[in-house]
Amino acid sequence: MSAVLQTQAPTLELATGYRLSVRRFARNRLAVAGLVVVVLFLLFCFVGPLLYSTDQTHTHLTQVNLAPSGAHWLGTDAVGHDELGRLMFGGKTSLLVGLAAGLLATVIGTLWGAVAGYAGGWVDAVMMRVVDAGIAIPALFILLVVSAITTPDSLGLILILGLVSWLVPSRLVRAETLTLKSRDYVLTLRAIGGTHGRAIFRHILPNSVSTIVVAATFQVADAILLVAYVSYLGLGVQPPSTDWGGMLSAGLTAAYSGRWWLIVPPGLAIILVVCAFNAVGDGLRDAFDVRGRG
Amino acid sequence: MSANILEIENLGVTFSTESGDVPAVRGVSLHVRPGETLALVGESGSGKSTVALAAMGLLPGNARASGRASVDGTDVIGAAEAELTGLRGRTVSMVFQEPATALDPLTRIGAQIAEVVRNHRPVSARDAASSAVELLDRVGIPDPERRASAYPFQLSGGQRQRVVIAMAIANAPGLLIADEPTTALDVTVQAEILDLLRALAADSGTGVLLVTHNMGVVADFADRVAVMLEGEVVETGPVEEVLLRPSHEYTKRLLGAVPRLAVAGAGGGAEPRLAAAAGGTVPQPADAKSRRGVPETTAVAGAPAEAPVVELHDVSVRFGRGPRAVRALQDVSLTLRAGETLGLVGESGSGKSTAARVALGLVQPASGSVSLFGTGLGRARGRKRRALLAGVGVVLQDPVASLDARMSVAECVAEPLRVHRRGMPAAERRARVAEVLERVRLPRELANRGPRELSGGQRQRVSLARALVLDPRLLVADEPTSALDVSVQQTVLDVIAELQAELGFACLFVSHDLAVVQQFAQRVVVMRAGRVEEEGATAATLTHPETDYTRRLIAAVPVPDPVLQRLRRTERQAALAAAGTEGRA
Repeated sequence: MSAVLQTQAPTLELATGYRLSVRRFARNRLAVAGLVVVVLFLLFCFVGPLLYSTDQTHTHLTQVNLAPSGAHWLGTDAVGHDELGRLMFGGKTSLLVGLAAGLLATVIGTLWGAVAGYAGGWVDAVMMRVVDAGIAIPALFILLVVSAITTPDSLGLILILGLVSWLVPSRLVRAETLTLKSRDYVLTLRAIGGTHGRAIFRHILPNSVSTIVVAATFQVADAILLVAYVSYLGLGVQPPSTDWGGMLSAGLTAAYSGRWWLIVPPGLAIILVVCAFNAVGDGLRDAFDVRGRG
Repeated sequence: MSANILEIENLGVTFSTESGDVPAVRGVSLHVRPGETLALVGESGSGKSTVALAAMGLLPGNARASGRASVDGTDVIGAAEAELTGLRGRTVSMVFQEPATALDPLTRIGAQIAEVVRNHRPVSARDAASSAVELLDRVGIPDPERRASAYPFQLSGGQRQRVVIAMAIANAPGLLIADEPTTALDVTVQAEILDLLRALAADSGTGVLLVTHNMGVVADFADRVAVMLEGEVVETGPVEEVLLRPSHEYTKRLLGAVPRLAVAGAGGGAEPRLAAAAGGTVPQPADAKSRRGVPETTAVAGAPAEAPVVELHDVSVRFGRGPRAVRALQDVSLTLRAGETLGLVGESGSGKSTAARVALGLVQPASGSVSLFGTGLGRARGRKRRALLAGVGVVLQDPVASLDARMSVAECVAEPLRVHRRGMPAAERRARVAEVLERVRLPRELANRGPRELSGGQRQRVSLARALVLDPRLLVADEPTSALDVSVQQTVLDVIAELQAELGFACLFVSHDLAVVQQFAQRVVVMRAGRVEEEGATAATLTHPETDYTRRLIAAVPVPDPVLQRLRRTERQAALAAAGTEGRA
């Protein structure tokens, strides 16, 4: 054989994709802070009640509207629930519904977009016109109408939210699929008789994972905000359950009588968590080097 | 005027990247005299383009340069931006590889050239416009007055490169830096652009720094050559000296790996001359390799009754609909017999890749029929179609896009097994993958690596392993080595040839590189604008072509031998003049 010329053997120890991504993420201070905030809130809501146990089902009419004190760190509300405990309790719903709805929307959007982009032609045209039509109708409007008719529980909220907010991820994933489906490895697979399912699930989706993860993060942030809207208007989860939006709504009247502890904590919690998820999304976008938010 | 127009002394360039400092150029010294062309050659990653950028003061922000580089006596390293701006476009200018991106798509070409003129000379808008027209005329754009108001997208690739050159010479620079100026162009256009550059340099005494990987271009154009390897210049000298009597080991190996087109000169009796020229200079003439294909042909002859592996019959393909549809293929018929290698050659847009994709069932023909192994591909559905396609292996051009970066090498290679042998036990599959990897001469340890960790040549061999894992009867290779450096290309071609001799699959080999096809294929089909122009046995067709087009195509291929190339050039230009042809891109 003619001598194999390995002149440009990669002598450099290049950082691998994964580690490079972590490093890029870590360089975005805001994203790291966001991640810390998200983790802290998850601990607060899900582990917190174990350390700071309160009764959130019964009313305590002897202890209503107490100001923050040693016994009740954030005071109590109009029916005597400990406000700090309620923040954990309501946060559970907010975070759970937000995460689940965001993920559901991402899953639906991903599949829809991948199938539309991969199939192309009239299938794509029809599927994307459905998306266009959906985007033309404000999601909040649908959400309010459906919530008003059905008065949903947590699961219902997750389904409704998931079903109204998958449109943006579907567009992102479709765009990604359009470029990926003409990659040589997909062509090669098709040329040797591989199935379309294999092309989508083994090649296209794994390679769009960065787009999908980034989209999912923003979806979760949006969903948390939407849950808060709906509950604030009294159409979300019903008492004795609550979430941060519901707490805001309940505390609104109290705000005029100076009982700030009923309105500032849930309001802050919503702002912090939503900002944190957005910051994490930004960081992930840097880390994966994905463009745009759609 | 006798002073060097470009002088580089002990130049070093280091890039700081996310994964650490990368030295790209080390201790490079060279010079260009007025009116002289220095070719800077080397393989990818050798640092040749970085040297060119440093000479323009155009290094990116993460680069640190040391040493000295001066253009016409002005130091460019560490020079203030204002000083460099005065220099660029006036004293030194650049021609880039990709003419499509070097021009502003939204500005008329006349205005783009005029802008360059006015940047450096205090002339009125009208004078600048008229000198733009003059420049267009000088670079051989027909009907320059009208063409000046055209947008870049209205021009062909060759014409765009002429416009880029017009901009580069607008202020009669003393130094022209051309970074792979013809790499994105077809060979016939390449020959014209090289003719143009040569004439311009000779007329105006401009010094040229030519950056290229193509030894044929070097032989055609350069006066002196500097060979770069891993950021250092390993050999410098006059072009005859370096290309015909290379002294450095690397240059010798590089030249040995360049596939050479064996040609019969138009003057006749060229065969012995060529053999002497090639044999005298290269340690191992390319001819030795082209012989390797011969035994296979005899093996094939034993089974004449067998159905052809691929048969396209009057296939037409249209992209798009209505009157604006592009006719990619028109009534193309070709046949590939068992065990045979068929080279499909042509310039870009000739339809050679489309034809290969039709054979693979990736593109549906508008009319005509395609059969694989004697069965019509168009009618086969479901299981039958899959069974048919199980006999096909595919290697495509792009080593990066060919492998899914999210899979390991072993998973990539095992994919056809997962598609067609679903019941295969994991252990057996692993064994098969290991066996095939060994076949393509890749170390077994690579199996668990990701494609990112592999070099381009290794990746193409992984693609080849994937194509061969099912023991196909047909291998479709679409420009399998075009993205690789010549030395790596040779290894990959050797592996394919060896395995073909051993396993006896038929090969449909698509390439724009006539020299590679000549060494690799027994029969060749020349395509042009969606039609088959000519076909026949490779040896006959490529040495004694029957059609004018093929003849022009072959004449335009530069050979890496300056003496021979000069002869070919005069012959080609004489033929062009005799034909009274337009001859312009």
